[in-house]
Amino acid sequence: MKHIEANNVNAYYGENHVLKDISLTMKANTVTAFIGPSGCGKSTFLRCLNRMNDYIDSFRKEGDIFIEGKDIYDKKVRVEELRQKVGMVFQKPNPFPKTIFENVAYGLKIQGIKSKSVLEEAVEKSLKQAALWNEVKDSLHKSALSLSGGQQQRVCIARALAVEPSTLLMDEPASALDPISTAKIEDLIAELKENYTIVIVTHNMQQAARVSDKTAFFYMGNLIEYDKTKELFTNPKHERTENYITGRFG
Amino acid sequence: MKNTGEKIIEGALAFSGLITILTTLGIIWVLVSESFSFFQVVSVTDFLTDTEWTPLFTQKHYGILPLLTGTFLTTAIAILTAMPIGIAIAVYLSEYAPKNFRKSLKPALEVLAAVPTVVYGFFALTVVTPFLQNIIPDLGSFNALSAGLVMGIMIIPMISSLSEDALHALPKSLREASYGMGATRFQTAFKVAVPAASSGIIVSIILAVARAIGETMIVAIAAGQQPILTLDPRDAVETITAYIVQVSLGDVPHGSLAYKTIFAAGITLFIFTFVLNNISFWIKKKYQEKYD
Repeated sequence: MKHIEANNVNAYYGENHVLKDISLTMKANTVTAFIGPSGCGKSTFLRCLNRMNDYIDSFRKEGDIFIEGKDIYDKKVRVEELRQKVGMVFQKPNPFPKTIFENVAYGLKIQGIKSKSVLEEAVEKSLKQAALWNEVKDSLHKSALSLSGGQQQRVCIARALAVEPSTLLMDEPASALDPISTAKIEDLIAELKENYTIVIVTHNMQQAARVSDKTAFFYMGNLIEYDKTKELFTNPKHERTENYITGRFG
Repeated sequence: MKNTGEKIIEGALAFSGLITILTTLGIIWVLVSESFSFFQVVSVTDFLTDTEWTPLFTQKHYGILPLLTGTFLTTAIAILTAMPIGIAIAVYLSEYAPKNFRKSLKPALEVLAAVPTVVYGFFALTVVTPFLQNIIPDLGSFNALSAGLVMGIMIIPMISSLSEDALHALPKSLREASYGMGATRFQTAFKVAVPAASSGIIVSIILAVARAIGETMIVAIAAGQQPILTLDPRDAVETITAYIVQVSLGDVPHGSLAYKTIFAAGITLFIFTFVLNNISFWIKKKYQEKYD
């Protein structure tokens, strides 16, 4: 089943043509990795999927993106609702300067949920899903900023999961973390796949190979190759892809 | 040769710094020594508990309370006016306004701070008071309300500018996190940005309070010069600063006890603003969130 479908997406920052005619589909409950050198458009495309580019004044997009069959750029779509369905984890851990509990409960609170028991249940469930519950269950009311970088990133994942999205976008979620924290995040991605459709942007090709089912290689705003991860890494069809994954450039 | 030149410049620069420190010390010395001789005649207890302040009358009382309530009343009105408006402006500028608009609006607002306070004082007396008298019939021609309101307008740019700096210093990633969760601009502004910048916002308010307490011309012109113990904003009140002006400009003989009252009043004022400035400094150091 098609979960995400992009048709002929073009994007511009002012005069700058940053995404060129991107079309691809992603299945539900899979992990898709976007790889490519800096400035290739992979993050811009990721941010089209939850309309995070809307706030950039010079940004312009053509083409359609459907998630779960809905045109997400349709005028009738409320961008707030879209983002509750399509959660995001950022490159640098960015917890709010609030307690761990308040961080994870934030998404539900802004939806107007006040019931303490509902919030507590959701916080516990999300922290368990993010493999952080055992580490923080006794310090839920401590500032999230007092945690280590890897723990902060898992708070951010728990925060994104708490509103029960269908899709999780991850923009280089482990690039600011140490190897042990990175391994934890990767294990987590494998587990989350059962319930979520995950799109991950990464600079780390081993990581893409480890965690993803399919990989898309972007170069200069073009989607060069999109295939099963195993196929793309062992038997790339394009020379550019091969050069990139073998480290000859990028 | 070059060395001598460098040394002269260094000396001149150090001397400029020294001048300000020496002036401050000199002011403190005058305040302390003059009020010391005042407190040899009037006990500190009387000064702090007597409810009348009549040093210039035959029936003399030296209770600072009426001046304190006058100062408190005008300051409270000013802050109640300036705080919501100032924070609303800061939030608008940092969270809503387009970048270019922000760049031109911020300096425009700061022009408010450049208006001479004597102009504000006459504005309060000749425009605001008559206008308010249409709404509140028993408002005196000198009253705490219009002086406080106008003083509030004067300190808006202080709160809005410093609060906006605090909001603007927050990392973009914090707002993205909130938007990414499906929050609206309003929720992002008031549930994430304002709390995260609260230390800076509180500092701006404390500095504005200190400014309002020390403000002189507006209250001297528009609030009246009647040291009455009241918290009714419709009444005329006298603030500490307005009293000091009144005595400084009057024909009170130098060296008399009445003359020394202004130093006692002055040191009270100084203690307040000094403490407030230190609190704001302390909050800034202790509570400012560190983002890298």
